[in-house]
Amino acid sequence: MDWEYVEKILPLYGKAAVLTVRIGVLGIFFAILVGLLCSVVRQMKIPVLKQLASVYIELSRNTPLLVQLFFIYYGLPKIGIRTDPETCGVAGLAFLGGSYMAEAFRSGLEAVGRIQHESALSLGLTGLQTFRYVILPQAFAISFPGITANVIFLLKETSVFSAISLMDLMFTAKDQIGLYYKTTECLALLVVFYLVILLPVSLLGSLIERRLRHAEFGT
Amino acid sequence: MQSLGLEVLFKGKNFARLLGGLWAALKISLISIAISMVLGILLGILVGRKNRIAGAVMRCYLEFIHIMPQMVLLFLVFFGTAKAFGWNLSGEVSSIIVFSLWGTAEMSDLVRGAVTSIPVIQHESAMALGLSRVQVYRYVILPQAIRRLIPQSINLITRMIKTTSLVLMIGVVEILKVAQQIIEANRKSSPNAAFGVYLTVFLLYFLLCWPVSLLAKRLEKRWG
Amino acid sequence: MAEPVLTIEHLTKKYDGQHVLSDVSLQVHKGEVIVIVGPSGSGKSTLLRCINALEEIQSGEIRLGDRQISAGAKDLPEIRQKIGMVFQSYELFPHLTVMNNILLAPTKAQHRAKEEVKTEAMTLLTRVGLADKADSYPRQLSGGQKQRAAIVRALCMHPEILLFDEVTAALDPEMVREVLEVILQLADQKKTMLIVTHEMQFARAVADRIILLDEGKIQDDTTPEEFFEHPKTDLARRFLQSFEYARTNRTIPQ
Repeated sequence: MDWEYVEKILPLYGKAAVLTVRIGVLGIFFAILVGLLCSVVRQMKIPVLKQLASVYIELSRNTPLLVQLFFIYYGLPKIGIRTDPETCGVAGLAFLGGSYMAEAFRSGLEAVGRIQHESALSLGLTGLQTFRYVILPQAFAISFPGITANVIFLLKETSVFSAISLMDLMFTAKDQIGLYYKTTECLALLVVFYLVILLPVSLLGSLIERRLRHAEFGT
Repeated sequence: MQSLGLEVLFKGKNFARLLGGLWAALKISLISIAISMVLGILLGILVGRKNRIAGAVMRCYLEFIHIMPQMVLLFLVFFGTAKAFGWNLSGEVSSIIVFSLWGTAEMSDLVRGAVTSIPVIQHESAMALGLSRVQVYRYVILPQAIRRLIPQSINLITRMIKTTSLVLMIGVVEILKVAQQIIEANRKSSPNAAFGVYLTVFLLYFLLCWPVSLLAKRLEKRWG
Repeated sequence: MAEPVLTIEHLTKKYDGQHVLSDVSLQVHKGEVIVIVGPSGSGKSTLLRCINALEEIQSGEIRLGDRQISAGAKDLPEIRQKIGMVFQSYELFPHLTVMNNILLAPTKAQHRAKEEVKTEAMTLLTRVGLADKADSYPRQLSGGQKQRAAIVRALCMHPEILLFDEVTAALDPEMVREVLEVILQLADQKKTMLIVTHEMQFARAVADRIILLDEGKIQDDTTPEEFFEHPKTDLARRFLQSFEYARTNRTIPQ
């Protein structure tokens, strides 16, 4: 290990990591929005929108993010939709993640039985109150492991952004290897930085998961 | 259709070339899938059974593979082994190694999950009938576990097919690379080729993965 | 008297240091029907599970005939073949039809000829009113039908003793009867049985002996007449009263 070199490129990696996290967080935020939208549309069985949501979910889940990004970044400008790499990264992540989030929400909503819905309504709660106080808390607790898994999955997927010339961690590593052949240092830093980003999310996720289960079901 | 750039695909052997690129990626997935299924099942049944240390080593391997992006794993094998052992692995071989390691980890998790998902009392009622431990597994636990496992492993297969698109990044000539070449070669005559060609790549992946996903969903519903 | 079918001597079972069963001794003779009653949590189900070595015991001995039963023993599958057990939650194997559920252990564990077992299974299924369900899957049956199928599955092993662990507790009231009638039939055929139940009427009708279990100890071991008409201990009286109370309560609205 050439520690001097490591020290020198640390700021570069730091900057790249910030970029990775920024796009990741934004992308995941929009993915959750898209996912919620889809599951509400499907849950309420709104015609046309419901079918559109299904088509989107199938398209998104059955194609690789890399291909989605190429289409958004290189293909769409040809019909007049031009985006900078960062926006494109966020859009790509939201497009991919939205469907995964929608599926996670759906499994939660489905798991809360019809009878819970009916018993809440029979207590005199409105439809909205039922959703807000009875269905959503239970559905969220059930969906949570799925949501965490999706967050980690999407953070990992950000590693393909260098393909649309975003200077993220992968880009920096490859660039540095090409420039100085310090392969060991570059790869070690790559692993460390991804661990620093992903490990806390993973640990926090399982911690909250345990809490949630405790709070909701007292077991 | 001039403006959408789809015409490039009908020029010469362009479409066939694109399919060839898809096959190059698919070949890597299929080999890795075969390896992963076999090793994953073995590992899933055996992991951490008796030997504590072997169990701990396995957990580390599984955790590391789970948390690292496949892209990083690809870099580690492609660039790392050259540096560490002086091996000059081709992009294809590197990616088969990585996707097999990853697929094996995922598969073994699925197997373990499926086996532990069968309630303990099913074990007990089978044992109460006087079946031996092997018979309990052979006739009661595994047939039930497999119904859970098959849809999930089919899902894993689509995930592996999708993930293979990453091999572009370590210089393997696959469908996206071929697409780039076609677009580049026709830049003058079809300036909008990028739209049509990448849309085609997108749809080809979809046509490949969607039926497989549907199959998984159907089996899940039937056996769920 | 002849050698007992099942002998339990000074059985002690602990969970996390807590006594679940302490110093339980019991002999079951051929053709005897013993009903174990007691408040919930008194260790009734645990006792049955110990007999089938589904639980490890801390001290004491359980013997089937002259063979000792212990968890982890090599000959355990062979001994278990002679002990039939029916669970509260039926535990039919969901991936097999009713017939294949029944055939599994006799053909795989006892290596009997499939055709022979099949004929016997059909006779038994007919007797419990399930002849037309032989090729159905468990999910297509009602709770009562599943439980009757589970009883046939146990019977086809020709067990020396049958254990029933609250087999009607998960059933709708109208299905309880159809299952209990099957067990009454078995009592008439002089099968040896150990039954845990909360159905007091049934206990009285079917039992040769009633055992009252509380806090892991046998508190009473007597005939049904004695137990229900002249309960000796305070505990037995209080236990029976809890059912009386429930009944009078139920009749008030009428």
